[in-house]
Amino acid sequence: MTKLRLTPQQLRQLLASRILVLDGAMGTMIQQHRLDEAGYRGAEFADWPCDLKGNNDLLVLTQPELIADIHRQYLLAGADIIETNTFNATTIAMHDYQMAHLSERINREAAALARRVCDEVTAQQPDKPRFVAGVLGPTNRTASISPDVNDPGFRNVSFDELVLAYKESTRALIAGGADIIMLETIFDTLNAKAAAFAVLEVFEELQLELPVMISGTITDASGRTLSGQTTEAFYYSLAHVKPVTFGLNCALGPDLLRPYVETLATISEAYVSVHPNAGLPNEFGEYDLGAEAMAAEIADWAKQGFLNIVGGCCGTTPEHIKAIAEAVKDAPPRQPKAADHSFHLAGLEAFAVEW
Amino acid sequence: MQQQARFINIGERTNVTGSAKFKKLILKGDFEAALDVARQQVENGAQIIDINMDEGMLDSKAAMVRYLTLLAAEPDIARVPIMVDSSKWDVIEAALKCIQGKAVVNSISLKEGEASFLQQAKLLRRYGAAVVVMAFDEVGQADTKARKVEICQRAYQILTEQIGFPPEDIIFDPNIFAVATGIEEHNNYAVDFIEATREIKRLCPYAKISGGVSNVSFSFRGNDPVREAIHSVFLYHAIAAGMDMGIVNAGQLAVYDDIPPLLRERVEDVILNRRPDATERLLEIAAQFKGDGSVAEKVDDAWRSLPVNKRLEHALVKGITDFIEQDTEDARQQAERPLHVIEGPLMDGMNVVGDLFGEGKMFLPQVVKSARVMKKAVAYLQPYIEQEKAGGRAQGKILLATVKGDVHDIGKNIVGVVLQCNNFEVIDLGVMVSCAEILRVAKEQQVDVIGLSGLITPSLDEMVHVAKEMTRLGFTIPLLIGGATTSKAHTAVKIAPHYAHGVVYVPNASRSVSVVQALISAEQKPAYLARVAEEYRIAVEQHQRSRPGERMLSLAEARQNKFQLDLTKVAPAPKQPGVHYWQQVDLQVLRDYIDWTPFFLTWQLSGKFPAILQHAEVGLEARKLYQDANALLDQMIKDNLISGKAAFGFFPANSDGDDIIIYQDDSRTTERCRLHNLRQQLALRNNAPNCSLADFVAPVGSGIADYVGAFAVTTGFGADELAAQYAAAHDDYNSIMVKALADRLAEALAEYLHLKVRREYWGYAANEQLDNEQLIRELYQGIRPAPGYPACPEHTEKGTLFQLLDVPAQIQMQLTESYAMWPGAAVSGWYFAHPDSKYFAVSKIDRDQLADYAQRKGWSEQQAESWLAPNLR
Repeated sequence: MTKLRLTPQQLRQLLASRILVLDGAMGTMIQQHRLDEAGYRGAEFADWPCDLKGNNDLLVLTQPELIADIHRQYLLAGADIIETNTFNATTIAMHDYQMAHLSERINREAAALARRVCDEVTAQQPDKPRFVAGVLGPTNRTASISPDVNDPGFRNVSFDELVLAYKESTRALIAGGADIIMLETIFDTLNAKAAAFAVLEVFEELQLELPVMISGTITDASGRTLSGQTTEAFYYSLAHVKPVTFGLNCALGPDLLRPYVETLATISEAYVSVHPNAGLPNEFGEYDLGAEAMAAEIADWAKQGFLNIVGGCCGTTPEHIKAIAEAVKDAPPRQPKAADHSFHLAGLEAFAVEW
Repeated sequence: MQQQARFINIGERTNVTGSAKFKKLILKGDFEAALDVARQQVENGAQIIDINMDEGMLDSKAAMVRYLTLLAAEPDIARVPIMVDSSKWDVIEAALKCIQGKAVVNSISLKEGEASFLQQAKLLRRYGAAVVVMAFDEVGQADTKARKVEICQRAYQILTEQIGFPPEDIIFDPNIFAVATGIEEHNNYAVDFIEATREIKRLCPYAKISGGVSNVSFSFRGNDPVREAIHSVFLYHAIAAGMDMGIVNAGQLAVYDDIPPLLRERVEDVILNRRPDATERLLEIAAQFKGDGSVAEKVDDAWRSLPVNKRLEHALVKGITDFIEQDTEDARQQAERPLHVIEGPLMDGMNVVGDLFGEGKMFLPQVVKSARVMKKAVAYLQPYIEQEKAGGRAQGKILLATVKGDVHDIGKNIVGVVLQCNNFEVIDLGVMVSCAEILRVAKEQQVDVIGLSGLITPSLDEMVHVAKEMTRLGFTIPLLIGGATTSKAHTAVKIAPHYAHGVVYVPNASRSVSVVQALISAEQKPAYLARVAEEYRIAVEQHQRSRPGERMLSLAEARQNKFQLDLTKVAPAPKQPGVHYWQQVDLQVLRDYIDWTPFFLTWQLSGKFPAILQHAEVGLEARKLYQDANALLDQMIKDNLISGKAAFGFFPANSDGDDIIIYQDDSRTTERCRLHNLRQQLALRNNAPNCSLADFVAPVGSGIADYVGAFAVTTGFGADELAAQYAAAHDDYNSIMVKALADRLAEALAEYLHLKVRREYWGYAANEQLDNEQLIRELYQGIRPAPGYPACPEHTEKGTLFQLLDVPAQIQMQLTESYAMWPGAAVSGWYFAHPDSKYFAVSKIDRDQLADYAQRKGWSEQQAESWLAPNLR
């Protein structure tokens, strides 16, 4: 098959014409199937030495149709872009399941699976293109935060280790057919910088350039990432990647996320993506924000001109995506801030001098 | 000043090549304290912090990584961007792998050619860093404007055109080099930088200009006020030309408008290379701004943003009282109890002072200033402490007193201050304290050590008396002996035998600390006292063993060998005979006659004035002290805070043996009184004459109408009150200074009066022309020996002198029971006008002279012994 790769320029053109819809939560959908240990293991990993229940990414190998079905539901609900089921598929995250060596295969299969469903739905409904975003998750380790309270200088993962892991995932996602590389749920910008470094190296290695989406996580009302950066600092720290979109996802519902979305919409020279949670989890760990309520808030964001891509994170379902897609259908897309060569640096806070 | 608002300050202190302190911390692995340096930078307004670990003794990469990972956990530091400063690529790369924000790399260049330059730039893009590009190419570092512009433009084109480096993230460092080096080619360096800046900004849109600012003033290192002025002037012009940022110490930048106009003009001449002699002209005036309090204080306020404990330490070490109450209040609010402020930060600070003093890195005047700060802080806390104040927290309790009959207390006050600096509680009973009072307080207050001080020789006997009384009353605490006339020999021979629990001679204030520490330490004390006892045993032996060739003559033999006066050279009669009084001395006139050398000695800075001001080690402190002294002197004179008086007169006299007869009048028929003199009794080398002051006056029966003069002067009125005012304000520094200056003025008055006497009142040397230095060297005709001093060591003669001049009634000077003069800043003595008269020391006398003297004075031998004890063999 000699399918042409999506270029950043093509995606930008599309984003200039309308707001695209991203899919919703994968984990929430998997949870509904209440898989047991055997369900996760499947035949291939029946004798695996450690527990595998909760290893959602493994399901692309052991329950591929279940995952394919979730992708399909989101596409049919109106999503233009679906995310591969690879949030924890790096060698570093897979290490916990003693599956580091399966990282490459999981990433490749996950991308291929999403690709297959996309192509299948597009064949049925050829009105619009549908894209696979190959997801690079944050891993379960942080390069700028010590896990040892007694030694603030200690790190359990290095930049170089992260680069190595992300390169492997990136290559596999591209091999599997991802159209876009998406760094999401970034709570430590240094991890994301390592991921971006890896992605840029792989692009150079493969002599291609896919659109990149970057999406950070503001963990609470302090307005900062877990590693302490403000939205602005986060943006300027990764702006060198020249991603097609810059965005925020997870942790907060649309109400609490709104001010940071607005900030990003103001400063970003890239297009803006957002996929919030369906509110904050209740005491049972469930998300209560209904599809209509969520769509109402997002409709207003669109009206304010904050948005270029919107979807859902934890707690969202195809129902939410359907409502959101409906809500932004006729809204004009945000126009990115024009490049002005202003000079920015960042620590935990942004440093800017207006010349 | 809008331009300045736009200028980005890059903190420079977290740089091992630029900050010795930071380097030391990193080398010893004290990263905690090294982080504080960064924190201070940020608190001081650094918008970016430059971090450099390029040090040969260091694993630069490991240090950089460790520092950055620790820094990441400090939100108050990590909030600002980092400039990774290294000449080593691997260090730069390792650093970027630790930084989540957007950093600046300082620096890369075309030095190794385009290929590696491009490779590095590309990687920097991938790490997401802005970059400083140094104006350095394959040929070398750019020094001229043309080269700077050429290299920067080339680098700009390569970066933006070949790899799409965002122009706004390119920062050029066109090299700031030192000017005013004395090398002509360097004169235009600042202009080259400024002009290149203008041109580069024009040719390279969005690019920035930066530089290490302190380089430019390198020639003036050691003179911070001038350096800061140079930085400020340089930046003023460079920023106007488009400089965007610079590595500077934000806390130490003079405000352009605040630079004294003369300095600013000359600095500007240098920076802008406006005249060929600019460097010389700046050098001419540089010294006068060095350490200029007004400039230095203004720019050196970076310490104000330190944590409060550090501020207190700084204030103590630097002796700054300006903010002490405010800082003490801050510390008090942070402390659980007010007492903790004293026991914690204040004592910590004083320990630093004590250590520095001990190591010879601080000098006495500084220590006394530190004590002033301490006292003010403690005074501030006192109301809060109230009942909390419990005894026993100090290292030990020391009682100090100047003994009965003596008024001299400068040395004692210094000892008190130094001991307080070292965390001893000092109870100072002041001057003229009776033995009974000393011992009563010592008992009541349960002091650990008693320290006695005295200047005049009778005080030595009073100290013996105190020692005896301590034995009688069953004291067991050690007794310290100090003061100008005291000595190890006297202590060993005369005092120590009377008290068995330790009598220690303390030669100076700085020694007092180690002595007291040894004495209050239960472990050290026995060994220390044993060592002192052994030293004294040797001193006693040496004292008892006559020096080789030392032989006493009998009084008759000594008289036989008297000084033979040349009667043809006896001075003429005084032009203005009789007694004269100056009730209001013009102190301003006296300033020119001050002999400053002893003043510095008072502060334990030894060296001859004025050379001491340039002394390599103590020069800086000597200069500060001299400046402070003159400032205080200005004020004392302007506000009439002290005043001086003098009484002097000339009397018809002839010698009779060792006595000098003073006649009622020029008829020389009736004796008014006699001056009793002692004669040298030691056999002198080369059979030199055995002098007595009587030898300098024409003898009775010579038919020559000779004269002697007498004088008593003081500049001490008001000095005690002024000193007490300062002391009450917890300002020992100025309290001691007042007395030290009053002493100097009294000596200057004696010098000035003697000059007037020689030229006008007695007039025997009307044409004398001597400068102050020659006066100090006593190159004039005639002498003015003082009772109580070597030529006439017996103090009671001062009583005769005071009577002759009617001193107490006329100028209100008094004598104590020990014949110390009050006010303390006083000089009295005799005038001898004969050109052959000279100063000598009576030194030791034998019992035959004692008996003779007692008989002449109408004393019992016992009385004579008590007054002549210091001289009695």
